[in-house]
Parts: sequence; structure tokens; C-alpha cells
Amino acid sequence: MVPLPGGLKPELPLWTYVIRRLASAVPTLFIIIAIAFFMIRLAPGGPFDRERVVPPEISANLNRVYHLDEPLPQQFVRYLKGLARGDFGPSFKYRDFTVTELIAAGFPVSLKIGLMAMAAAVLLGVSLGAWAARRRNSVADHLVMGLAMTGIAVPNFVVAPLLSLVIGVYLNLLPVGGLGDGGIRHLLLPVISLALPQVAYIARLSRGSMLEVLNADFIRTGRAKGLTERRVVFRDALKNALTPVVSYLGPATAAIVTGSVVIEQIFGIPGLGRYFVQGALNRDYTLVMGVVVTYGTLIIALNLVVDLLYGILDPRVRSHE
Amino acid sequence: MVETSARHRRGTSTRTLLFTLLLALLLGIFSAHAANNVLQRGNGAEPETLDVHKSSGVPAAGIQRDLFEGLVAEAADGSLIPGAAESWTLSDDGKVYTFRLRKNAKWSNGDPVTAHDFVFALRRGVDPAVGSGYAFILWPIANGEKITKGKIKELDRLGVEAVDAHTLKVTLKAPTPYFVGMLTHPHTYPVHPKTLERHGDKWTRAGNLVSNGAYRLTEWVPQSHIRLERNPHYWDAADVRIDAVIFHPTEDTNTELKRFRSGELDITYDVPPDQIAWVEKNLAEQFHNTAYLGTYYYALNLTKALFRDRPGLRNALAMTIDREILTGKVTKGGEIPAYAWVPPGVNGYAGARVPWVGLSKTERLARAKKLYAEAGYSKDNPLKVQILYNTSDNHKRIAIAIAGMWKSALGVQTELFNQEWKVYLTTRRAMQFDVLRAGWIGDYNDANTFLELLKGGVGSMNPAGYASSEYDALMRKAETETDLEVRAKLMQKAESILLEDMPIIPIYHYTTQHLVGPRVKGWKDNVMDVHPTRYLSLAP
Repeated sequence: MVPLPGGLKPELPLWTYVIRRLASAVPTLFIIIAIAFFMIRLAPGGPFDRERVVPPEISANLNRVYHLDEPLPQQFVRYLKGLARGDFGPSFKYRDFTVTELIAAGFPVSLKIGLMAMAAAVLLGVSLGAWAARRRNSVADHLVMGLAMTGIAVPNFVVAPLLSLVIGVYLNLLPVGGLGDGGIRHLLLPVISLALPQVAYIARLSRGSMLEVLNADFIRTGRAKGLTERRVVFRDALKNALTPVVSYLGPATAAIVTGSVVIEQIFGIPGLGRYFVQGALNRDYTLVMGVVVTYGTLIIALNLVVDLLYGILDPRVRSHE
Repeated sequence: MVETSARHRRGTSTRTLLFTLLLALLLGIFSAHAANNVLQRGNGAEPETLDVHKSSGVPAAGIQRDLFEGLVAEAADGSLIPGAAESWTLSDDGKVYTFRLRKNAKWSNGDPVTAHDFVFALRRGVDPAVGSGYAFILWPIANGEKITKGKIKELDRLGVEAVDAHTLKVTLKAPTPYFVGMLTHPHTYPVHPKTLERHGDKWTRAGNLVSNGAYRLTEWVPQSHIRLERNPHYWDAADVRIDAVIFHPTEDTNTELKRFRSGELDITYDVPPDQIAWVEKNLAEQFHNTAYLGTYYYALNLTKALFRDRPGLRNALAMTIDREILTGKVTKGGEIPAYAWVPPGVNGYAGARVPWVGLSKTERLARAKKLYAEAGYSKDNPLKVQILYNTSDNHKRIAIAIAGMWKSALGVQTELFNQEWKVYLTTRRAMQFDVLRAGWIGDYNDANTFLELLKGGVGSMNPAGYASSEYDALMRKAETETDLEVRAKLMQKAESILLEDMPIIPIYHYTTQHLVGPRVKGWKDNVMDVHPTRYLSLAP
């Protein structure tokens, strides 16, 4: 949870707040870009190193074509200039495409899977958690919490191959890999594998806070006033119990982004996560940078959204300042 | 009362409706669709590029082989057959090839394939501005090397000439017996000049790319799939039976295996090493395990005092590796224990063997112990070496096994050292290792692609820093020898010297592993591991 910046007055209009946050994102991004740019160059080996050692003249030709023969600061300036124009440069590995094109192709896929997983995690997690809380210490509660513990403990690189083996190979119900025509059939297994640990975590989280809220005074008051149980649970209790879940959305996003790196590899999904790993292994400098910039922007933006949501759900956050 | 029951009824019908909808949705989702006359191929990785002058990997070559046709092509069994050229002649001095192109050969847009297209492509292949990693493939052609190295600026001084639209003359620097074999390499394929002029760097995109092979590119979604459809203008289109082929990147071999088992793939690129035993048992009829033109070896660093000038010690290490146990118990992929550097199955080459191949295991052990002692090592003063390998389970298992064999036979103390691929390549180039794990896959079917690696003066291409004047002299002679039998003898002699000196320890010869589904017909295992789609068909 990122707290609101100090000195922010509660009466500050929302849009001023948003603009300030966006303005502070620019230097953050610049620092991320600079660190990533120089860090990846520190790694031994280059994009054109192969087992077959090519004559030095051939390497020189390759380096010249990609401006790798220039001094590093000059390359950095060249990169920033390109970035300002929205040009991420050519991919060193996938030589027929620019990084912008690769990201434009991969990002929507990752985003789709990520959003679906996130939606599933929140919907299922909160419902299961609330349900378990309402039936505290029942068989259902123990079952849900037991499953949740398992879900948290078992990493998705175990769940994913298992799911694809059982559902894809043995039962032959869903495709095991690839995106095919992009239809829902191909997305189900990756989304489930990605969402599962988050469902588990959110279920635990919302059960805990739901239990706390259900014992609170205002709920007792509500019940005493003769409000229906449904109204008490869904309108009053759940809304208040959601606060910790919302504040967990930031880390959940990060977990889903990093999780997608593994899941996309296992299911052969043409998303951004795969480029991250392969880009780094191949020393595809521009591709790695492109993914870093995209993910950096995404996470900064999502953090802002989460902060805004948090403020809406819990006015105390704003008035505290 | 009435109201409640009405609501109840409505509730029930809504629920039924929802349930039915959900069921229909699920049925829709789960109904698998079987493809018709479309071949689904696992292709290892996303190709780096489809540009024939920029690519270097096997995944790209597999697709390019379906898209393009070089002067010389491969038959279903990998043997050389006429491609875009229907015949060719060689001058008496062995330096000038004259290729006669097929008059009915056409590009996928209907244009005729001409000698000018080949001249354009071959010049582009050596052009330093293109930034081609494989430009050296064309260096046997006169002036090729000088143009790539920037010593000659004019591309038209390359030794290629279009005598007329259907006659191509190629002048070589020196007689090169394997030149025709090299013409199956994608780097020698023709490109369509107008397409490159019109689209520049984007010429390989679906919709832009014009090709002269059995297929044409219709769709390319990076990291997802590449779809080719038959090229109606291909000169032999009548014999092409599969309508479309889809190449899937399959880096994760375990996922690939699952996709094959679930029927999503017809052909796999590979089989995970730890699943080979299972596959042999359960999918025996679909499993194709074939000798390949490659050797897995350990290079000994001769630039360091430890191994320099100590052939006895090097041989002692080579002799005490039990290759049968390694391939039978550790790698278990049907690999062939290697007692030679050049793998079996190379055209017109009988090969050499290590001198001690005839000895029994006990005799080898006794001999190795003697050599080890002669090198000054003993139980109290053991040899200490480090094995460097690139991070991989398979390499690790092999290194552990070999360290164990050296330990128990000679008492050698081995330290294992692994590095991520690109780091490993850097360390290797700087020659900062004692023992290095490496592998070599031939670029073309000729012993030269293996033997040239160990020549002195080839720089860091030589993995061991080996330099033998005797070896180099034999190789130089072989390079210009036009009598193929004499040439093979010279190279065999060179290989024998190499195996006596043992700068590199051959461990096993690679095999290729594919799963080929029951509906695929026409697949022929071959040492080049080439399986063009034009020879395959699908049972209905």
C-alpha cells in the first residue's frame, strides 16, 4: 500500500492529486530506465554471441548495424530519443520486428489473461472468504481454508503442468498450449493457474476481515435495527471488509505479472512475460528495456488506481493527511 | 402466496435457463476441433527472423526450407537433389559452376525465378551492411570474404554472374568439393528483389514475403504461430499434398509433449530428455530417434600449462570416460558413444577412430593409469581440474558422471562449474577454463564442417586452442584437392592425428528425437534432420 504523499490536503481536488502523481511517475520511470539500461549491459555476453564463433569482421558488421559499436552513453541518449518518439528500437533477436511491434502484439494478450485472472481472483476469493466467514468453524469453512492454504503453498509452476496434464491430456477437454484462435478455450487453463494462488490468498484475507467486521458494533446496530441479514452482510459488512482486499490488489498485480512470466512459458502463450525471460537470456537489450518500461508504467498506473480506490472505500485515508 | 410461488417459478425457470446456457457454453468450449489437411508442427522456438540472410537457428531453417528453394534441394531422406537448378556442371579446374535453372520455376506471385534473382541474393548474402552472421557460408565464392570484410566495396565483384535469365555462373576462390552441399543452406536461397526494394526491412512479413518454394507465408503472429499455405505457382505444386502447415514455437519441451499427446501437434521438434524412457515405452511407434550430424565433447584448454604439451594426460582422461554407461544410464536418449570427432553418416567419409578403441575396458584403464602416472600425478598428488558447462540438467548429470569416472579410475579431483549460456560463451571465448563442455552440429554434410574447427589460426572458433602444423598441412591439402577420394583420405589422416593428440574428448554423437503422429505419412528419418513438408501427407 502506497500512502498518499505527505502534505496532501484532504480538500485537494482529485484531479490535482492525479496529475501530481502522474508527474512524479516521470522521474521514477526515468530512474527505472537508466538502471535497467546499464544493468543489462553489465551482464557478460552480447546479443550476437553464438556457439559458432563468427569472424571478428562479421561481428563488427552486426554491431555497426545495431549501433552497438557506439559508446554506451551515446547509445543511452539514442535510446531515450527513440523512446520520446514512442520507438523502442529494433529487436536484436527477432530481427524482423521492432520492439514496439512485439510489445503491441504481446501486451494485449498478457493484459487479457492478467485481467481475467485478477477478476477471477477477486470474485472467487471474496465470495469464498465471505462464505467461509459466515460459516465459521463449519466443515465448509475448514474445507475452503484448507484449499486456500494448499493454493498458497503450491507454486503455479506445479499447478500449471498438473492442470494441463489432467484436463488437457487425460480428459482432453481443453488445449494444452498456444493461443490458437485466441478463443476462451485456450485461455482457461492459463487463467486458472494464474488466478489460483491469488484466489486462495484473497479468500483468506477476506475471511479474516469479514470475521472482524461481523463482530463490529455497527453490524450489531444494523441487526438490532432489524435490517435483513442480506443487507447487513452484503452492504455493510462486505463493503468494509473489502478494504484490506483492495490494498492487496497492488501486490496481487505484481504477483500476477511475475506469475505470467512462468505461466506464459508453460502454456506457450505469446504474451509479454515470455519476452521478459527470453529477452534477458538472449541479451536482447531493446526487448528487455521495452518490457521493463511497459511493466514499470503499468505498475505505477495500477498503484495510482488502487490508491484512488482505497481513498473512495475508506474516507479516513484522505482525512488523515 | 400467489406472488411468492410466481416468483419461485420465475426463479426456477431463470435458473434452468442459466444452467442450460452454461452447459451449452461449456460444451462449446470443450468441443475439440480436429484440423483437416493442415499439418501442425512443433518448431522449437520462435524463429529469429525469416530473412534468409539474417537467420542462423534451426527453427528458422525449418520454415525457410518450406518457403524457399535453393539451387540444390534435399530429398525426403536428406540426400541432395536438384532444386531451383535442374542441372549443373563444374569446370575442369573445379572452380566454375554453371547452374541451369528450371524454366518453369516461379515465385509465389507468379514471377519467373531467374538467375538475376540469385545474383541479387548472393550479393546481399555477403553485403556487410546487411549484418549477416552467416556470411562466411558464401566465402568460398570469389571475393566473397573480401566484400564481407569491407576490403572490396563493390558488391558486383562477387564471383556470380547471370549469363542469361536461366543460367547462373558461380566462380569459386578455390575448388570446394562441399560447395554443392552448402547450397542447401538457407543463406544461399534466392530472394525476390522487387519485394525487398518495395518493403525494405519488412519484406519478411506475411502479405509482403514472396517465396519460390512449395509454400508461401500467410500469417505470422510472433510467439504464437506461423502459417504457410501451398504456393500455387511452385513448379512441382502438383506433388505437394498438404494444404497448409502451422509452425508453433515450443521452447518448453514438456508442454510440447503434452500438446502432441492431446493431438494438438502432429510433429514435435524434440522430446524432453527425462521423458525418453516413457516415450519409448508408451509411444514407441511414433518415436523417431535418429543419428544426427553432431558431436558432444569436452574441450581441454591447450593454452594453459595444465594440458599443453601433455597428450598422454589428455588421453588418460579420454580413456577413462565410459561412454556406454553415459549414454545408456545418464543421457538415455539413444545417443551414439563417440570414439571419433566426425560423426558417422557423413557423405563420402569413412572416418577415423581413437587409437585405443580396440582395447578392452581393463586394458584402457591400465593404460590410462600409466599415462596419468607418467604425467606426474598420483594418489597423493592428484590432478585438479574444473569442468565448465552451460547451465542445464543434462550437462550437469554428464559432468557429475564424468567427474565420478575420473575420480574412481585415476583419483582426479574435479570441480564443476556452471554458467548461464551467454556468460559461458564469454568465458569460453576468453579461454578461461580447464575443461569445457561443448557440442558441434555440422552446418552441411561434409567432414570439413567438423575438422575446420580445430585448424590453427581460426581464432576463438577453435574450442581448445589446438594448433598442429601436421594437422593444418593435411587440411590445407584437402581444401584444394579435387579428387574426392584423395580428399577424404587426407581428412581421415588429419582426424587420426587429432584423435591421437586429443585436444577435444568426443563423448557422444547426437541423435534427433521427434514424435510423429499416426496421420503423418512420408516421414523419413535422416542424418541431416530435414523434413520438408512437401514430402509429407496426412491420412484422412
